[in-house]
Amino acid sequence: MVDFIVQLLIGAFNGISIGSVLLISALGLAIVFGLMGVINLAHGELMMLGAYTTFFVQNIFNALGDPWAQVYTIAAIPAAFLVAALVGLILERGVIRFLYGRPLETLLATWGVSLILRQLVRTTISARNVDVTAPAWLRGGLQIPTGNIPIQLPYARMFIIVLTIACVVGVYFFLNASSWGLRIRSVTQNREMSACLGIPTATVDALTFAIGSGLAGIAGCAITLLGSVGPNTGQNYIIDTFMVVVVGGVGNLFGSIVSAMVIGIVTYLIGSGTFAVLLSPMDSMQPVVAFFEFFASSSMAKVMVFALIIGFLQIKPAGIFPQKGRTAEL
Amino acid sequence: MTNPTLEKKADTNRPSRPILNVSGLNVFYGESHILRNVDMSIRTGEMVCLIGRNGVGKTTLLKTIMGLLKPRSGSLQLFEQDIVKKSPDQRARMGIGYVPQGREVIPRVTVRENLLLGLEARPKGITKRNEIPDEIFELFPVLRTMLHRMGGDLSGGQQQQLAIARALMGKPQLLVLDEPTEGIQPSIILEIEAAVKGIIANTGISVLLVEQHLHFVRQADRYYAMQKGGIVASGDTQDLSQEVIQKFLAV
Repeated sequence: MVDFIVQLLIGAFNGISIGSVLLISALGLAIVFGLMGVINLAHGELMMLGAYTTFFVQNIFNALGDPWAQVYTIAAIPAAFLVAALVGLILERGVIRFLYGRPLETLLATWGVSLILRQLVRTTISARNVDVTAPAWLRGGLQIPTGNIPIQLPYARMFIIVLTIACVVGVYFFLNASSWGLRIRSVTQNREMSACLGIPTATVDALTFAIGSGLAGIAGCAITLLGSVGPNTGQNYIIDTFMVVVVGGVGNLFGSIVSAMVIGIVTYLIGSGTFAVLLSPMDSMQPVVAFFEFFASSSMAKVMVFALIIGFLQIKPAGIFPQKGRTAEL
Repeated sequence: MTNPTLEKKADTNRPSRPILNVSGLNVFYGESHILRNVDMSIRTGEMVCLIGRNGVGKTTLLKTIMGLLKPRSGSLQLFEQDIVKKSPDQRARMGIGYVPQGREVIPRVTVRENLLLGLEARPKGITKRNEIPDEIFELFPVLRTMLHRMGGDLSGGQQQQLAIARALMGKPQLLVLDEPTEGIQPSIILEIEAAVKGIIANTGISVLLVEQHLHFVRQADRYYAMQKGGIVASGDTQDLSQEVIQKFLAV
């Protein structure tokens, strides 16, 4: 029984951990795509730039010596936010603002931007992946003493969960309690009327896009804790981020949170073979067990999650939390 | 450049200076010619009503004044300043308060936030510690009890009152009202009418009104009648003849 509870906790932790990575990378897109309706295929590259910013901040702090080398992550988060937000701002002012209301052109143009940014990194920095080493306090993990299976909750994973919560709370208060947040909500719900009230809509668009991009930068900083960073890093995340926003319901930040967590937990449960283990004592279930064992690896789990999402979107095309009533047309 | 606010106070009682001047305005939707050589002017402190049947271009004219549509030719002056090249938000900050047809309340922000958004037309915009002034609740008492409801959840009449209140939050010099009584129950029509009269009496602002209700039309000082995209008649509302009313009002 204790074993079962321990397994459950590990499962929950890992699922939430995968969900946090999904959520932190999708949060910026939930604003840019969800609220503004801009299909930004360069979102992954903004994450990549955030990751490289973290790499450079690490190098600078390492050069400064030990007390500094331990805290570079703290400095890298705002730096990654600012770099990605600045690039996002240039992208919005230079390209996207000319394409509002034209999703297909936006899709193509931002795809082009994504190629340019990747090539830019390849030529100016290196085509090879670089490594970001987590500071000592983020290495290792919290040991939980249990009977027979020793378990460890990695600090890096816990850090990402905390960072994700901080970002979600920050975005929530910014949108709901600040005057710029109110302007953003107004413009995203009714652009023409907002302009007629005297809200500088062009400034609001630029700011909204920059904040969404900056959040991608923070996500980039977070993913350096999970693996090495290369020009193609963003490509590994772009599909997942759109998936989270679409499943959650476009335009609904809360939907993105729920959707990221559900996708994270389901991915973990399938990938770890938990279903197979749970069903294995039952003799009649052997074919089903074999089925789940076949999918019990992280890449096969992804295949199954995709299939489930496609099925889900057939039933609820507008996501978990669809927009209701009059608002739906906006 | 003169400051319109200061000067307005000096001559509130004498409607003389034009606040808005429209001349030779031509507007197209694609290739169809909607407004044809429209001339119109509104003086300080004056209430002007625009009448005409459905589809003659009244709303188009208001949208062009607000900057939502671009004229192909002609001029638009606010406080003797050319505004054709100005964006809607700049025009709002220059002193036009717009209450559009269909009210266009922001649906998923609260009534209080909708009202605060009206402050964006003022130089400071929304700030941290804004309060809704009591005058707003004196004009529209129903809003006081609804401050925390979502704008989209109000009834049509309440939304209309909210839309007018929101425009007033910006302390406009010219209030533009597009069919404020359309689709609203009669008792609330009278409330809205009384509120608009009260606003004019208290603030001395100018009002441009598109309206179908004769009773409301008669409150205006002057009228312009439109037909097929052009102004075909104008004059004092006191002189509105039965013939003109039958021709231009859909009642």
